Amino acid sequence: MKITMTVNGAEYVRDVEPRLLLIHLLRDELGLTGSHWGCDTSNCGACVVWLDETPVKSCTVLAVMADGRRVLTVEGLGNGTSLDPVQLGFAQCHGLQCGFCTPGMMLTARWLLNRHPDPSATEVREAISGQICRCTGYENIVRAVLWAAKNGGSE
Amino acid sequence: MQVPAQVEYEKATSVEHALTLLARYGSAARVLAGGHSLIPMMKLRLAQPEVLIDINGITDLCYVNLTGAQLRIGTLTRHAQLLESQIAGEHFAILHDAERVIADPIVRNWGTVGGSLCQADPSEDLSAAFAAMKGTMVIHGPDGSREVSAREFHTGPYETVVGPAELLTEIKLPIRPGGGSGYQKVSRRTGDWPVGAAGAAVWLTGDTIADAGIGLTAVGARNFAAAEAEEYLRGRTATQEALARAGEIAAENCHPVTDQRGPADYKSHLARELTTRALRLAVARARGPAA
Repeated sequence: MKITMTVNGAEYVRDVEPRLLLIHLLRDELGLTGSHWGCDTSNCGACVVWLDETPVKSCTVLAVMADGRRVLTVEGLGNGTSLDPVQLGFAQCHGLQCGFCTPGMMLTARWLLNRHPDPSATEVREAISGQICRCTGYENIVRAVLWAAKNGGSE
Repeated sequence: MQVPAQVEYEKATSVEHALTLLARYGSAARVLAGGHSLIPMMKLRLAQPEVLIDINGITDLCYVNLTGAQLRIGTLTRHAQLLESQIAGEHFAILHDAERVIADPIVRNWGTVGGSLCQADPSEDLSAAFAAMKGTMVIHGPDGSREVSAREFHTGPYETVVGPAELLTEIKLPIRPGGGSGYQKVSRRTGDWPVGAAGAAVWLTGDTIADAGIGLTAVGARNFAAAEAEEYLRGRTATQEALARAGEIAAENCHPVTDQRGPADYKSHLARELTTRALRLAVARARGPAA
């Protein structure tokens, strides 16, 4: 089936099988390997990308469901020359250890800060509660998001 | 790697279009809403539809509004939308209680109310919540629409009254005076399915319980409800003792099974305790902050 979608501002047209999952389209067809393929069961959140205005778990969305929609992946978080404050926060606060959960964590953090520019630590924890850091580095992830909130986070 | 088997795909653009597609494909098709239950089941081959009818484009079915004395919820409403709806929380606090503990924020962004109900998992939180509120389901089919009470909607585990050529389009909740509601859930970890959960709605006249609705999930309750406990409460004064007794009656009429989430006797305990707690919460909310 032929689908058209915008990923990080660029339009893509692809002919895909209806059973293809969005995460595999992004990684295998479009070469956008920033989004990670983790548990495959919508538990871990490594595959989180935005579909239009909200983050979703792309291992549980068919690529054809994104037809006509906008997708944002971690590759589209910065503008090419400067990093998003969320990315700076993760760098400043050692918010990534092995880095596997990081793209999904950052996309959820950006969504949270757009809606709640000054969240509490509890609100950050609630926002990322569907995402797993296998290094158990949650403390620094929370610090990174709070750092981003204080340093231009709502941009 | 888990991937679904080969499947055909149709994108429905309206309720009428979806019904046409359903009539064409019959039981070979499954309706695809958020897909957060269906797609995992397709990956495991627990579901193997030949055709998916994607209704995500029917944005007419995404709404939570007040019409007269009814709260109306379109079935494509995302869990997150229901959780954010002020009018839903104002009239039925149970909905926000339940939505807050369904899966996680990211899953709630895409999973839908109608999808959860039609999936008909025996541990579904919303099935208990709508049973407690005594909602009505609106189902569209080739011959028009029909209405079914929430308690007649589920015919068994993973089974509903929705026929292969039909589509659940709306849930209607009657708003009655003196109402209060609440939801209590115990799960093994944040975002998990319940080990046991109870929802309660009460309608008070003074301090008398004019009517009560009790919904239970994951504990083997008939129709996700505790009809005997409701009957006991009707016309009684809302004392702590009466609410505790209602919890006992609810548990006596449940038939939980031991599974990986917990042993049957613990689930019976939860049915009793969570029913009582949900009733206490519902009564406190019905009385309002001044009481």
